[in-house]
Amino acid sequence: MSQDGHHSVVIPAPGPEFVPHTVAHHFDTPVQEFQAAKLGFWLFLATEILLFGGLFAAYFYYHDLYPETFKVGGQQLDWKLGAINTSVLLLSSWTMAMGVRSAQTSQKRKTLMFCALTVVGAAIFMVIKFFEYKAKTEHGLFVFPHMFDGYQVDTATMTGSLPWFTDVHNVMVDATGAPLPHGHLFFAIYVTMTAIHGLHVIIGAGLILWVMKGVAKGRFHAGYYLPVDLVGLYWHLVDLIWIFLFPLLYLVP
Amino acid sequence: MTTQAPVLDTNKSHSEQPKHYLNCSSGFWSWASTLDHKRIGIMYLIGTGLAFLAGGLFALLVRLHLWQPDGMLFSNDQYNQIFTLHGAFMVFLFVIPAIPGSLGNMVLPLMLGAKDVALPRLNLLSFYLWLSGAVLAALAIAMGGFDTGWTFYAPYSLYTNKAVVTIGLAIFMLGFSSIFTGLNFIVTTHKLRAPGLTWFRMPLFVWALYATSLLQVLATPVLGITILLVAFERLYNIGIFDPRLGGDPVLFEHFFWFYSHPAVYIMVLPAFGIISELVSVHSRKPLFGYKLIAFSSLAIAIISFLVWGHHMFTSGQSTYAMFAFSFLTFFVAIPTAIKEFSWVATIWKGSIALNSPMLYTLAFLIIFAIGGLTGVILGSLNVDLHLHDTYFVVAHFHYVMMGSIALAFFAGLHHWWPKMFGVMYNETLAKIACLVIFVGFNATFIPQFIMGSQGMPRRYATYVPEFQPYHSASTMGAMVLGSGVALMVFYLVASLLTGKKAMQNQWGGVTLDWHTPTPPPLENFAHAPKVTTEVYDYSTLDLKSTQTPIG
Repeated sequence: MSQDGHHSVVIPAPGPEFVPHTVAHHFDTPVQEFQAAKLGFWLFLATEILLFGGLFAAYFYYHDLYPETFKVGGQQLDWKLGAINTSVLLLSSWTMAMGVRSAQTSQKRKTLMFCALTVVGAAIFMVIKFFEYKAKTEHGLFVFPHMFDGYQVDTATMTGSLPWFTDVHNVMVDATGAPLPHGHLFFAIYVTMTAIHGLHVIIGAGLILWVMKGVAKGRFHAGYYLPVDLVGLYWHLVDLIWIFLFPLLYLVP
Repeated sequence: MTTQAPVLDTNKSHSEQPKHYLNCSSGFWSWASTLDHKRIGIMYLIGTGLAFLAGGLFALLVRLHLWQPDGMLFSNDQYNQIFTLHGAFMVFLFVIPAIPGSLGNMVLPLMLGAKDVALPRLNLLSFYLWLSGAVLAALAIAMGGFDTGWTFYAPYSLYTNKAVVTIGLAIFMLGFSSIFTGLNFIVTTHKLRAPGLTWFRMPLFVWALYATSLLQVLATPVLGITILLVAFERLYNIGIFDPRLGGDPVLFEHFFWFYSHPAVYIMVLPAFGIISELVSVHSRKPLFGYKLIAFSSLAIAIISFLVWGHHMFTSGQSTYAMFAFSFLTFFVAIPTAIKEFSWVATIWKGSIALNSPMLYTLAFLIIFAIGGLTGVILGSLNVDLHLHDTYFVVAHFHYVMMGSIALAFFAGLHHWWPKMFGVMYNETLAKIACLVIFVGFNATFIPQFIMGSQGMPRRYATYVPEFQPYHSASTMGAMVLGSGVALMVFYLVASLLTGKKAMQNQWGGVTLDWHTPTPPPLENFAHAPKVTTEVYDYSTLDLKSTQTPIG
């Protein structure tokens, strides 16, 4: 009973292993609740795309300013590892879609299994990413170890005194062996984009684990699968952003 | 607009004191954990109100310092921090969140005939993100302040040794607070309208909030990533905005204004919405050009994404881009003028009640005409090259931000105050305060137009003695303006303690927000309303409700 004397709408559980869902008090029907949440979530996904949009704009801007640098920069990345990660994410999008479908048909064990497979996909992606980052760090091409290094830039030569810049300028050379301008910019953009994307992968995996907890308790079923659906959408977006990152960073050169 | 159900059902038989959202539960936790849009609105009102007073205090300090040509109070470095604090507090903690957060939260679900916003938990999260942003901003002051101006232009924001990352994080959180409020309002407007409340029966405040929300959702994420990049730049020296490392600071300006120009309309569109409501209610006349006003809000929202380059006429852009940006800037004047003319036409031959909300509205109409037209002047390329970075620009955007938006906020606050709290403030004091604010405001900023056109640059801690008369006049105006605001705060707070009871329908409004008991019960409507008539149809007004005291 809500305050004004109206009964709340309750969606019955489809079986003994499930629990019923009570529609929030300010909605009249389950459909209204479902559509409101879904519209809100699509809007949220739009903000995510715009957030990455700034990074894509920066990528294209500097690609245009320093095309040679970006060409050589992209060649430093291992496209095979990138391709493996792309396949892993594509597969995980399929398992997530199957997880959502299983929730819609009240198949508890299948939902759990597909969600777990998706988390495994996320883990494989992050492990491969870790080894890629590690290799770049060893070559001195990585920004994160240089937090708070303080920086002195010789404005005459436009070269930095950080070990990072020195290493970058040793690696980033054109066909004649001459250093390319601003080699660090490629790696700055590479790291910023993939790190923020990686953070989204971790958040997505966390959300899927949270959904699995609800599935195990029987909260999601044919009558109410909204959270599974929304987390699924989030996971597909994470996948989609990577599908743009992979060719731009690894293959365009 | 009428409802089929009896409208003033206050359940008097149950108890002497009707239960409403303010007294249905009590204690700190009942407020801190509330999901009720009205209580969240009140918390926003207190929060943004305090931020406004703090920002106003910084403004008075700036004006006091400029009393003398060589500066009266601060070192140059301190002056930079004080004007940055004024700008950052006013923009990010007050002007952007104030109207949607407080009045929007309070009124939007009432106007739609809904029990709450669509996503109440997200609404509370928005408020706490705002609060965290405010706390971080205060922390940034304690950590040495920040002196970049509210625009955080690179490369200075990358080099200064102040707490830029902390304030950046604060703005990141405030940005997401704003995004979630907008998202919530869009979903609420789409999904929770009462039966019969078609899109063209929605009050214009709802239309304005809807257009604002689109901007909040679509523009703010770009600010988020820009701030993150500045933080990365400061922490890891990635070089994206740093010219010494091959980066381009103009790219920062593009990113920043891609958000911050639409942000100007995030600030001003809700103000337009309030004025649209108030000219109709206090002239007791349907709005002239209802659909035109509704569509002009959307038109402004769309064009606002295409004009950011007019902030960068002197930053280095292609000449053709400047032509386009200048033309599009003029173009914004069309939907804006449609609004201004429609408001004036609404008042024309109306039954005008010159009460305090209407006085603030009239003050808005005058000030906004000046603020808008000086914007057209600044949008012309050749004139802007002369006026860029002078006090003319400062005066222009204060006519819009303070004179228009803050005054519309005050107008809305006075209009819905009896609805929110069930008490009336002292009308005489309110009228005096409105007059003092109007006079003080113009006295502050007209001298700034003049000295700006003569070349007085903005943001300078000192100036040549020729400008002293203007600066002194401006400072005196600011003191008058400040005392007007102080008077307003005084009588509004006093009304909560000693104010007489408000009427059920204090002003004779006919939108759904005036069809609930005053103050509204927890779930807004005793019975779900059904809308059967057109919006602003004053023939349906129940005059008795305007003379029935609450309770």
